[in-house]
This record gives sequence, C-alpha cells and structure tokens, in this order.
Amino acid sequence: MTDRNTLRRTGLYVSASSPVNMAQAPFYNEDMLIYDLEDSVPKSEKDAARLLIYHTVKYHRPKDKEVVIRVNGIDTIYFDQDMECAVRAMPDTIRLPKVESAAEVEQVSALMDRLEKQAGIPAGSINLICNIESFQGILNAQEIAAASPRNVALALSAEDFTASMKMERTKAGLEIFYARNVLVLACRAAGIQALDVVFSDINDLDGLREDSRMTKNMGFDGKTVIHPRQIDIVNSFFTPSEKEIRHALRVLAAIEEGRRQGKGAVSLDGNMIDEPIVLRAQNTVARAKAAGIKVGGER
Amino acid sequence: MEVKEISVAGTLESSDVQIILKPNPGGGLAVDLESDVKAIFGDAILETVYQVCREMEVTEAAIEIHDKGAFDHVIRARLIAAVLRAAKRDQVDWERM
Repeated sequence: MTDRNTLRRTGLYVSASSPVNMAQAPFYNEDMLIYDLEDSVPKSEKDAARLLIYHTVKYHRPKDKEVVIRVNGIDTIYFDQDMECAVRAMPDTIRLPKVESAAEVEQVSALMDRLEKQAGIPAGSINLICNIESFQGILNAQEIAAASPRNVALALSAEDFTASMKMERTKAGLEIFYARNVLVLACRAAGIQALDVVFSDINDLDGLREDSRMTKNMGFDGKTVIHPRQIDIVNSFFTPSEKEIRHALRVLAAIEEGRRQGKGAVSLDGNMIDEPIVLRAQNTVARAKAAGIKVGGER
Repeated sequence: MEVKEISVAGTLESSDVQIILKPNPGGGLAVDLESDVKAIFGDAILETVYQVCREMEVTEAAIEIHDKGAFDHVIRARLIAAVLRAAKRDQVDWERM
C-alpha cells in the first residue's frame, strides 16, 4: 500500500487502449505506472479500455510500482463508470484530471467511500492524485491539496494550464514558473508531494536534463513522463548522489555529536549547520532510503 | 445475454486480440480461432472464450478471434467488451465482474 511518502520520482502514462504498451510498461524503471482512460483513449474505446484496465490491474498487476488509474474528468459522461471500474480494480491511486476546487475532491472522496464499501474494500485504501490543469486550479491549489486525507500529491499539467491562461508554452518554462511555485507551496502546506509537468520533446534529452534540474531545485518530488526513454534521466535527478548522501550523513553525525557534547552551535567544514541544513540532510537520507539505496554510517 | 448485432472489440496490434461477434440464432456457439500460437495455446484460449460466454450467459453467437499473442486477461477483457457491444449494453455490471 502506498502513502504520502512513497517514492514518486517518475510517473509514466500508458494508454488503456494499447495492450502492447500496457504489457511493456512494467519493465521500465518508473515509480508510478499510470493507466490512462482520459486523453489517450478515443471516445469509441472508453468502454473497452475500462475492461482492459480492470483485468490488467486485477489479474496482471505490475510489481514494485505504484499502480495508478487516470479517470476522465468529473464533468464528463465517462466519469461514473470510470470510477466504478477504477475503485473495483483496486489500484494504489486514482488520478483525477482538471481539478479546480476542494468541493470536487470532497465529492470524489465521498464517492470512493461509497464504492469501497459496496465492493468490500477497506475504507480509504485508494489514494488520490489531483491534476491541476487550469488557472482556477492554481488559484485553489492550497484548498485542493488539503481537501482529502486520500490526497498524496498534486500534479501540474502545463499544456492545459497555459491554454487556460492564453500563454505560449516554451521549453524554458518561464510562463509556468509562478504556477510551479504555487503548486509546491500548496503541497508543502498540506504535507503531500508535488509532481511537475511533462517535458514534451522526447528527442531532446539535454533539454529534459535541464528541465529536470529546475524541477528538482524548485522542490518538486517527481515528474510525469511521456516516454520510457525519459524515465532513467528524470529518476537520476530525484535520487541523491553518493556525494550528496555522504554529505548529508556527515551533517547529521555532526549534529548528533554536537548534541552529545552539549554544544549550542555546530559547524562542519567551517560552515554553521542550522535548521534548514539539517532538514535538507534528513530529506536527502530519506529519499535515498526510499530509492532503495543502503545508507550506511559516515565515512 | 443476447447478441443482437455484429460487434468488434480489440485490434490486430501485437499483444492484442480482435474479436468479431455476430448473431447466430439457433446455431449455438461457433468459435473460429486464428492465432500464431494456436498449437500451444489454442485450447487455453478456447477455454477462456467458453468460460466468458458461460459467465455472461451467451449461448448463441458466431465468434471470430484474431489473436496476436494476447495474454489471457486481454482476451477476457476484449470478449466481454464485444459481448456488451453486441448486446447493446452500455453499462457494465461491475459487481458481477
């Protein structure tokens, strides 16, 4: 079972109308496998896609990944059947597109309560990730993030957001800088994870590295990807390096030693270690452990 | 469940199966299987087809199966979709699934 601390460095979308992609996706290194009922499935195939997702998640579930189902929007004709299918399939998480208010999240969470009960599934066992795709979603991000204990993350979607804002989408991403900040702030306030936008050019790996570096520096916990070749690159930015881990352990060891000696102020390599540095070190060690890295003692 | 009209579900893409369902009044279940792995998995595929037909109470249908190496759960999903389309049912009884 996954929760707010589960590793979510990368989320790969897979169309639920493509059995070959659904079969191949578990062999990559994404942390989240997102079976999609929304944008990648034509209207004429929504019914068949639900059945494929249901049978795949129930009887051919990928191991060692967070299993996510993206349903259609709450205001679509597909939503009710999508939710019935998704809850009964028992994924780890349901991903909601185009969320704009806390009321929507509360409504969906209540629906999930009812469906879980009908299906005999333990209450609250399925998480939610809310996709923020419009200016209204960004304006309400803080309330959306805090709207349900099922929420484990918010995810920003740049294409729809920039369209709603009448912006031009660029690789540099300056136009979504504010939205990115707001999303991270909202997630930190609610104690959940922040997931960044996709990088659409699957042939520009240097551009992906640059974008991922910015994503990480801005405080995001992971990024949605649209092609398997992007996964390992993005994962590397959200996995602490050996150097970072070593430094973090030295910081924590110095603090511990200072505490033992009753020192009020502690320094390492000539620099004072204050609270934010300690928090960053703890975060680094936690991320390393979540990624399965053995974190030993200080060298 | 009655097969009222011709329906198709699935594709000829690798790892998928295309299933064409037609009414077959008075003819029971007539299954025509085409698969590259028929020699090895033919019996298993047919077993799945007949099981789904029993579960969905389909007793009369001509079923054409063009298998491209689909897993068992894909065959089930595609056949259920084809039956529901042929029976003109747009809502799945998820409780019975």
